[in-house]
Amino acid sequence: MRNIKKDFFGNQVLTDINLTLQEGEVLGLCGENGAGKSTLMKILFGMNVIRETGGYEGDILLNGQKVSFNSPFDALAAGIGMVHQEFSLIPGFSASENIVLNREPKKRNVVSEIFGERLDTLDYNEITGRAEKAIDKMGFTVDKDMVISEMPVGHKQFTEIARELSKDQLKLLILDEPTAVLTEKEAEALLASIRSMSENGIAVIFITHRLHEILSVCDKVVVMRDGFVVKDIAARETSVNEISKWMVGRNVDTAAGADVRDHTEAKTIMSIRRLWVDMPGETVRDVSLDVKEGEILGIGGLAGQGKLGIPNGIMGLYEAGGTVELDGKTIPLNNPRKCLDASLAFVSEDRRGVGLLLDETLEWNVAFPAMQVQNKFLKSYLGGLIKWRDEKAIREVTERYIDELAIKCTGSKQKAKELSGGNQQKICLAKAFALEPKFLFVSEPTRGIDVGAKALVLEALRRFNRESGVTVVMISSELEELRQICDRIAIVSGGKIAGILPATDPSEDFGMLMVSMVK
Amino acid sequence: MYEPLDKSSLTLRERISGFVNSFGLPRLIIAAFLLVLYIAAPFVGAGFWIQISNTINRFSWNAIMVLAMVPMIHSGCGLNFGLPLGIISGLLGATLSIEFGFTGPMSFLMAILIATPIAILLGVVYGWLLNKIKGGEMMIATYVGFSSVSFMCMMWLLLPYHSPTMVWGFAGKGLRTTISLEGFYDKVLANFLQINIGTLSIPTGTLLFFALLAFAMWAFLHTKTGTAMTAVGSNPTFAKAAGVNVDKMRLLSVVLSTWLAAIGILVYEQGFGFIQLYMAPFYMALPAVSAILIGGASVNKASIANVIIGTFLFQGIVTMTPTVMNNMIHMDMSEVIRVVASQGMILYALTRKTEATK
Repeated sequence: MRNIKKDFFGNQVLTDINLTLQEGEVLGLCGENGAGKSTLMKILFGMNVIRETGGYEGDILLNGQKVSFNSPFDALAAGIGMVHQEFSLIPGFSASENIVLNREPKKRNVVSEIFGERLDTLDYNEITGRAEKAIDKMGFTVDKDMVISEMPVGHKQFTEIARELSKDQLKLLILDEPTAVLTEKEAEALLASIRSMSENGIAVIFITHRLHEILSVCDKVVVMRDGFVVKDIAARETSVNEISKWMVGRNVDTAAGADVRDHTEAKTIMSIRRLWVDMPGETVRDVSLDVKEGEILGIGGLAGQGKLGIPNGIMGLYEAGGTVELDGKTIPLNNPRKCLDASLAFVSEDRRGVGLLLDETLEWNVAFPAMQVQNKFLKSYLGGLIKWRDEKAIREVTERYIDELAIKCTGSKQKAKELSGGNQQKICLAKAFALEPKFLFVSEPTRGIDVGAKALVLEALRRFNRESGVTVVMISSELEELRQICDRIAIVSGGKIAGILPATDPSEDFGMLMVSMVK
Repeated sequence: MYEPLDKSSLTLRERISGFVNSFGLPRLIIAAFLLVLYIAAPFVGAGFWIQISNTINRFSWNAIMVLAMVPMIHSGCGLNFGLPLGIISGLLGATLSIEFGFTGPMSFLMAILIATPIAILLGVVYGWLLNKIKGGEMMIATYVGFSSVSFMCMMWLLLPYHSPTMVWGFAGKGLRTTISLEGFYDKVLANFLQINIGTLSIPTGTLLFFALLAFAMWAFLHTKTGTAMTAVGSNPTFAKAAGVNVDKMRLLSVVLSTWLAAIGILVYEQGFGFIQLYMAPFYMALPAVSAILIGGASVNKASIANVIIGTFLFQGIVTMTPTVMNNMIHMDMSEVIRVVASQGMILYALTRKTEATK
């Protein structure tokens, strides 16, 4: 791949990527979330989203010839196979049927002689035979007759790999985080099968967050960060330490820790003990954490490790267990109202789903939680029997936040869905600020918004913390952003707290923590 | 940081299309059609003021049942196709009030008082059911409405009613299909402060009664609870995260809607002069649904203005087509047009869950 460039609507995600891969070589591709790994692989595999978003620049050369795939089918025909993070198997079919799907061997019969080949019968002996061959090639035994829906996740993953291997023309196999769902033993078996593939002359691109796997199986490591290839090195010449440093290390250490304050002396405002949260994709297993009054605590970690589960669980949006104390008082879990009554506030990472009333005015969005929880912006009549919405107070508070947070809109009566992502995020913040909480959870406040808006959002958060003395816990997958505004940063890995460090510590330490307990 | 829209730069064409968008094309067409009917009325020999009176009368009978749509739309339960359930509560109130021997205006008051607890009870059960099947409310509501009508078809026969004004003459038991309200609450609201100018007659009392309920609904939507109800309909997850009990709000909206339907049918009866039992409630939901949709409401947004405009347009078409069209082409087209307009409107609204118009 030469000089690959890609932008999504002017947002540059890949810049000058150069990759070369020999026959039978195993390449390990790693990088933080959003570094561009998946986009690069989608380009290589000719996925539709790439074409729909304006295509890409640069060339892909296969065996010295320039190729351009318009669809995954072209890529398949050229000998590129891909195993996706999400399973693309038919649950009700057996393993062998899935392996040969759409490439089934067929027999002619009387009906198909008349009506054409769509009515050919399937040759089940041949199907079984091919499936067996592919499973042998993989080197890990999967029951070929088992129905997919009854399989453990690991076996599904292997079935997908077997499906790719059953294609005779396969030259390059892309594995996108295949070990994420595997147990340790299965992962080892997978690594062994990668080795045997490479001996058979199949080149493999292996994407994973488990760096030691890369070192044990790959010939070459490519580290990506922010859409650039930052390192391209032979695997035996490097170490886990070095890779994690390249993954997170940025040249922006300047901004980090500009105004870090030490709160070790302050009293503990929130103490979390043995918290578990059942949030799909972000399971929290066992988190114990103390938050000091007045600090900005960052919670970082790779996607899927459980960092988002922590605030969602405490605020009662997902099923949770354990104990959470605020100011010495226990907060009942699984009850959003009780949390809000206890002066907690939460800015959700799911802006459009949880954070906003898209069809309502900005006024409603800003004032609603404060109105419902604290009876603000209401006028009481008949001794409190009738609580009338105080439109004037609502407009005033909304206009104040529009000014303070520099929200771009046509007025406080505009609908929330008409704003841009960054301004919607500011509305979410305003909503939380209007609650005047003692303690604020902010989840992924900068996701999907542009750089300028990011800076404003972070600044608003910091000001809110420093001026009103509100304790802020900010969850973000961008480590550098956390280092910019947080006092301390906790890293979540495998559903647990892997460690808490002052924001001033070097990036590579955080990188080590991130991958330390990945399961 | 305001960025006011510069309206002066719009061309005439943009303005017209903007107006059509904001008013809603279907509503515009129906309004234009109704206008044509009114203009045509005197030419085909139907008195203009009589027609206006008819329209206002029918508006006054039906408006409360259309108003009953509002709470459930606000809470995100969709259109209340289960309206017959509330209507049955009203019918029970009406028949029981007569059975207990109340007459005149008192029978109307008692009918409301008896219907209220029944409507609340049925509303709670209905709301509980709708909370179990979030996402499929409208379909389930339809079946709830239909099955309750069928169930009551049996009950009207079996319940031990004895009042001679209501039971079948020969058997002495089982309620008749149509019960006259003469001597009970026939026109009890309509005659209150009725205005008669020439051929124009306005049932002031009924209109005032509707205005009272509409004002109460408008006011309710401006309270803390009403705001929470709207937010639940707009984004349940947001409401939950803001500490609102989503299921409770939905339940409340269903109870409100059912109760309004019960009151609505009583008001309808006092205008119409008869209680209609058995299969009659079966056909009550669709006109109310299409009226509010014609009024510019959508599946998840509705205002009092939608109720008023919609009821007027829908009932206007229903009253005007028979007289005008039949006089014009000597063929009974009214039923066809009514069905096309009402069902077509529902279909149209269900296919596009977009914003409501003002």
